[in-house]
Amino acid sequence: MTEPLLQVKGLQAWYGESHVLHGVDLQVHRGETVTLLGRNGAGKTTTLKSIMGVLRKRQGEIRLNGKDLMGLPLHHIAYAGLGFVPEERGIFSGLSVHENLMLPPKVADGGFTLDEIYHLFPNLAERRNSQGTKLSGGEQQMLAIARILRTGANILLLDEPTEGLAPVIVQRIGDVIRALKAKGMTILLVEQNFRFARKVADRFYVMEDGHMIDTFSADELEGRMDSLNETLGL
Amino acid sequence: MVTVFGISLPALMGQLLIGLINGSFYAMLSLGLAVIFGMLRVINFAHGAQYMLGAFFAWFLLRYAGIGFWPALVLAPLGVALVGVVIEKVLLSRIYNLDHLYGLLLTFGLALVIEGLFRHWYGTSGQPYSIPSTFQGAFNLGFMILPKYRAFVIVASVVVCLATWLLIEKTKFGAYLRAATENPTLVQAFGVNVPRLLTLTYAIGAGLAGLAGVLAAPVYQVSPLMGQNIVIIVFAVVVIGGMGSIMGAVVTGYVLGLVEGLTKVFYPEASSTVIFVIMVLVLLVRPAGLFGKE
Repeated sequence: MTEPLLQVKGLQAWYGESHVLHGVDLQVHRGETVTLLGRNGAGKTTTLKSIMGVLRKRQGEIRLNGKDLMGLPLHHIAYAGLGFVPEERGIFSGLSVHENLMLPPKVADGGFTLDEIYHLFPNLAERRNSQGTKLSGGEQQMLAIARILRTGANILLLDEPTEGLAPVIVQRIGDVIRALKAKGMTILLVEQNFRFARKVADRFYVMEDGHMIDTFSADELEGRMDSLNETLGL
Repeated sequence: MVTVFGISLPALMGQLLIGLINGSFYAMLSLGLAVIFGMLRVINFAHGAQYMLGAFFAWFLLRYAGIGFWPALVLAPLGVALVGVVIEKVLLSRIYNLDHLYGLLLTFGLALVIEGLFRHWYGTSGQPYSIPSTFQGAFNLGFMILPKYRAFVIVASVVVCLATWLLIEKTKFGAYLRAATENPTLVQAFGVNVPRLLTLTYAIGAGLAGLAGVLAAPVYQVSPLMGQNIVIIVFAVVVIGGMGSIMGAVVTGYVLGLVEGLTKVFYPEASSTVIFVIMVLVLLVRPAGLFGKE
């Protein structure tokens, strides 16, 4: 098999004195959509934050395209090709929709153009001069995803994109993720909404108490449903 | 003679002019303070000392290098901004994770050291700095005499405030600043060098104080105490306007300068306390300040 785009080995992380990740291993290959599943507090968001470098107290190995990210300052990690969409969406209230969209610097060639973004998210085009936080929850989520697409990042880290959204908006987010997959985008998704995740993911990791306890492909999902029911309380 | 509430028009306009001049300095200084607080969450008590440094750098340039007002208007603020870079890199950058109180104490201590050194070297009597030849003389407006240099100070302060507002509201740098004020970690995760942004912001704030100092040099004397005298009022202006609010700092600066000037005309005894009375009232009614976010 080809070298993974993102390779994480033995990742450990701490919040202050509290040891929350205990040697997490994961791989994401180019063009794949990989989902981290697990109950609240399993360590999914912490894994994403540790990979992105937002959580600094961490150990282990994180490589993107073979490049070691561990020693890099936070503002250099984005330039390695990681695009981060945080759980709380991180829309800036002091900036308009357009300013929010244009905020992240371009980190590589090949990102979406503004026209492509406004075509994919027509609501954002209509409300480009509105204050970012005046958008609905769903529109804010679209904006959070759209602004990373512009940067040319080659892997998206999406943290709970469907959290708190109405089913019709969740469906729309699913359409967007499928459109991104069709364009060859690599996605690492943290999701509690299993029904959503099973429709978009190619491969799954299951986390519990800061450990990675299982991994399987979408084809193997049916055979794992009993153990998933138990782990996730579906 | 025309009178307003029993006060002659030239006397009233004269005091309003003084109020507007003071307001121009309040606006420029509180603008720098607001920019620094908004981004760094540091209550910069060294701001008065940086204002004083601006005036002294202009005086040094003239006295020791024969460099006049106009070049000093650029060089002295740059010098103060450079001092700001050193202060931020060496000291402030180490305390961002601590309580705001540490920033206040650190900059307060710095102000004491800087002002103490200048008092030791130059005494407290002040050094004269003459008005540039272009602005010698005055305009006779009929109802009042307007010294040309004072008119220039008012215009210059409006231009400086407007330019700073444009920088913050209409440029990419300003967008980074506004975003980093809300969530610096996320902005850095996008690839923006936030530590450098913090250094630049402090340097810009200090440079604004330095610029105000150069403009003040021909109006007031160049004295080690000039910053001490004004910085407490400027803090009151920032609190009234709303900590971190750019618009609040500027508008409140000019308005309070005028209020102070009017108080000097109608009730001189209260002129040195009126701003603090307003501050108390605003804090009681609207603790976040007039333009601050609740």
